[in-house]
Amino acid sequence: MSLFEIAGVHPFFQLVPLVVFLPVLGLLINLLVGKRLGEKGIGAIASLATAGAFAVAVLLAVALAQVSEGATLTLANWMTVGDFGVNWSFRIDTLSVLMMLVVSGVGLLIHIYSIGYMHSDVRHNGDPGRFRRFFVYLNLFIAFMMVLVSSDNFLMLFVGWEGVGLCSYLLIGFWFEKGADGTANAKAAKKAFVVNRIGDFGLLIALFLLFHNFGTLNFTEIFEKAPAIAAAAPGAIMAITLFMLLGVTGKSAQLPLFVWLPDAMAGPTPVSALIHAATMVTAGVYLVARSQALYVEVPAAQNVVMWVGAATAFFAATIAVGQNDIKKVLAYSTISQLGFMVTAVGMGATVAGMFHLTTHAFFKALLFLGAGSVILGVEHGHAHANLHAEHGHDSFDPQDMRGMGGLRKRMPLTFIVYLLGALALAGIAPLAGFFSKDEILVAANQKSIAIYVLLTAAAFLTAFYMGRQLLMVFFGKPRSAASEKASESPLLVTLPLVVLALLSVFGGALNLPGSHILETWLEHTLEGVAPGHFVLTVALISLGIALLGLFLAWLVYGRKPLFENDQPDPLRKPLNGLFVALENKWWVDELYNTIIVKPYSAVARFSAGVIDQGIIDGLVNGMGSLVGSLARTWQRYQTGYVRSYALTIVVGVVLVITYLVLR
Amino acid sequence: MPMSYYIGLSIIMFSMGILGVLLRRNPLIVFMSLELMFNSANLLFVAFSAYHHVLDGQLFVFFVMTTAAAEVAVGLALIVAIFKSKRTIDLDQMSSLKG
Amino acid sequence: MSLGSILLYGVLGLVVVISGIGLITSRNAIYGALFLVLNFMTVALLYIALGAPFIALAQVTVYAGSIMVLFLFVIMLLGAEQLPIAEPIRGQRILAILLFIAFLTEMTLFVLLRGSPTVAGAPVSPDFSTPATMGMLLFEQYLLPFEMTAGVLLAATVGAVFLTRTPRPDRQGAMTTVQTSSKE
Repeated sequence: MSLFEIAGVHPFFQLVPLVVFLPVLGLLINLLVGKRLGEKGIGAIASLATAGAFAVAVLLAVALAQVSEGATLTLANWMTVGDFGVNWSFRIDTLSVLMMLVVSGVGLLIHIYSIGYMHSDVRHNGDPGRFRRFFVYLNLFIAFMMVLVSSDNFLMLFVGWEGVGLCSYLLIGFWFEKGADGTANAKAAKKAFVVNRIGDFGLLIALFLLFHNFGTLNFTEIFEKAPAIAAAAPGAIMAITLFMLLGVTGKSAQLPLFVWLPDAMAGPTPVSALIHAATMVTAGVYLVARSQALYVEVPAAQNVVMWVGAATAFFAATIAVGQNDIKKVLAYSTISQLGFMVTAVGMGATVAGMFHLTTHAFFKALLFLGAGSVILGVEHGHAHANLHAEHGHDSFDPQDMRGMGGLRKRMPLTFIVYLLGALALAGIAPLAGFFSKDEILVAANQKSIAIYVLLTAAAFLTAFYMGRQLLMVFFGKPRSAASEKASESPLLVTLPLVVLALLSVFGGALNLPGSHILETWLEHTLEGVAPGHFVLTVALISLGIALLGLFLAWLVYGRKPLFENDQPDPLRKPLNGLFVALENKWWVDELYNTIIVKPYSAVARFSAGVIDQGIIDGLVNGMGSLVGSLARTWQRYQTGYVRSYALTIVVGVVLVITYLVLR
Repeated sequence: MPMSYYIGLSIIMFSMGILGVLLRRNPLIVFMSLELMFNSANLLFVAFSAYHHVLDGQLFVFFVMTTAAAEVAVGLALIVAIFKSKRTIDLDQMSSLKG
Repeated sequence: MSLGSILLYGVLGLVVVISGIGLITSRNAIYGALFLVLNFMTVALLYIALGAPFIALAQVTVYAGSIMVLFLFVIMLLGAEQLPIAEPIRGQRILAILLFIAFLTEMTLFVLLRGSPTVAGAPVSPDFSTPATMGMLLFEQYLLPFEMTAGVLLAATVGAVFLTRTPRPDRQGAMTTVQTSSKE
């Protein structure tokens, strides 16, 4: 529909392009006149842009409450090549508006947080001028993410997909000259981009197959034709869904392409919160949720998705137990929770998956921002402590949990919100995480016992490592001078934390077992949503498991708190070799390095050295030198003597006459 | 006299002219050898003109002579000009176009 | 073919050849020039025998009379230096002699195999080639080449004058460029 027609359906629907264009406007303003605005101005513009996008999303939600089928707004025709046509069109329906609300809402809070956080961070890293660049990138990310969730066809979704990948690269490598020996951050950014590319390759193949089989890339048309094509060529749909799964494993960090997310923690903490916890990584879950019509046709593919998600959930949870960096624990936790979501949408429990996506956005963002607050506090403490001592040394790592402890007393507000977030993540009722995780577990119980066991084990480990983290960071005595002198963060940093904490506590209301608000909301878009029920036994088991996990953590880490920062982890002795494996993340990176990276580098070196420099350059240079040597040979005949030239002429004459004689 | 006499004489004169051009380093001798070659051609022209009773051959000799005269004039002027700068007329010294 | 004519033509031919050899082997340029003059004269005699008196006298006047005189002037102008015998260019002598022999052989072969060399032409009448007939032919059929030849002679004259003049010191003539470039 065009802009005019859609105004007839509902006037608010016209506003949908603004979700993309307001952030773009924000970034343009910051880019062009940002320097003159000062830090407060830059942050204000960026946050206002995101707030505008959030306001538009709210208005769209209100409109959808009245016109629940939604609509499609076609802004312009992108390209028409023969039979293939693709438009820049926005799809307004409950699923996309839900994502818009999550992205812009959490994004807004993170923008406000970043004003305070980056103010400290750019000074800690020594480049105050880079403040503006951060907010430009953040707005760019919001814009691309909006393109992704509001698109009406797979190609525009892919544009957003790639765009958020780009912003992820830019933001991970924000401090590109810092990190271990000056290149670690840049390498992490590169790793994220390359691994995502592998996933994108899968998604591209899926797009090609989609066009080949369906003749179009538009959502509505494809989902209408899906049953017919599935009956005609089931192998095609299977291939499409499996290749899409490859893209999902890349973007949403599932097995085997999850390795970029822990390294991505090299970016500033707001980046980790926004992109790698709340929004970008959920793009894969959104894709599967959107394409339910395709997955429903191929139960085998659904199984694959389910198992990939469940395996990832368990695998990542085990690794999180052995990590010492506060952000790495949260990173592996994200991977694990994404596994929960992917399992859910793979099983067909789309509502459960989207519900968990929303609540996870709340408390994971809260946890990351809280971790950022902790890190800020410890950095301040370090600067403080070393002002009295000698000049600070670089081996101090503000993110290492072994150097923290007892921060409960020094940063009380951060402690409370972090506690709430951790409990929500662990799945303690009546916080938000309990309801969403419980829905997934119920669905898993009905679908497959093996999956249910795997997910429950992952939930147990989740509670355990969050308890471990809480106890190591906030309880006990400070284990380093920095922690002793840590201070609470400013209001600009703590206020968004409070809002997110409230959302984490009360977010469960979105889909309480009795009211099922989210479910009815999403029903309009997703056909065939299985209604979720509340099974008391499953709920009690999950609550019990979570409490057990926390209790175990207290047993190991709480009763005799660690008192020194180089004391070995209490789990090391009982688990021994297993703990070493967990600490080293099952050596997955090293495995990939040996199997993939090293042979590939060898091939690249071979191609560059032997083939490119040796053969091709040799060929080209050889031709040049051949011409040169030929020229030098013939140069000897240019003697400059008139008489030898005359000789040559006479030779020619004699030859011609010979020919004439013999003819 | 049979034609072979004139043809043979012409051939011998021409070949001697070639020898002179290739072997001598004095450009004046070279020019004179060239005149020898011209002459051999003229002889042949006149002989065939008499053989066929056609006057055009002799006319051609006329033209050859005038052209040879013009060429000698310019050529000798060139030799004089070169002598003015190089102070020698050895042909082998004129090799600055050596590549 | 009476004995007298054989003798006559034999002597004439011999003189032509010997004077030719004399030209190409003389060390002194003046001697070479004089040999060439002898050659021209003898060839003129042959022209007369072939019934071309006009051409014969033109040969004597133009070739032997003016061209050789020009040569002699220049030889005297340039000092007629004696150049060393040794041949600096490798293989030039051998190749030249080889080519000479090859050329001779080929042309002889050509004449023997293709031509009909032994025929003799019928003698020409005395008024076959008179200045009148030559003139008629020249101005009727060959008028264009005649005029062009006149142009060529004009160009040669102007060229010869231009190439050898010494420019006045204050004038930037093209001659200066020629002189400076040949000085390099």
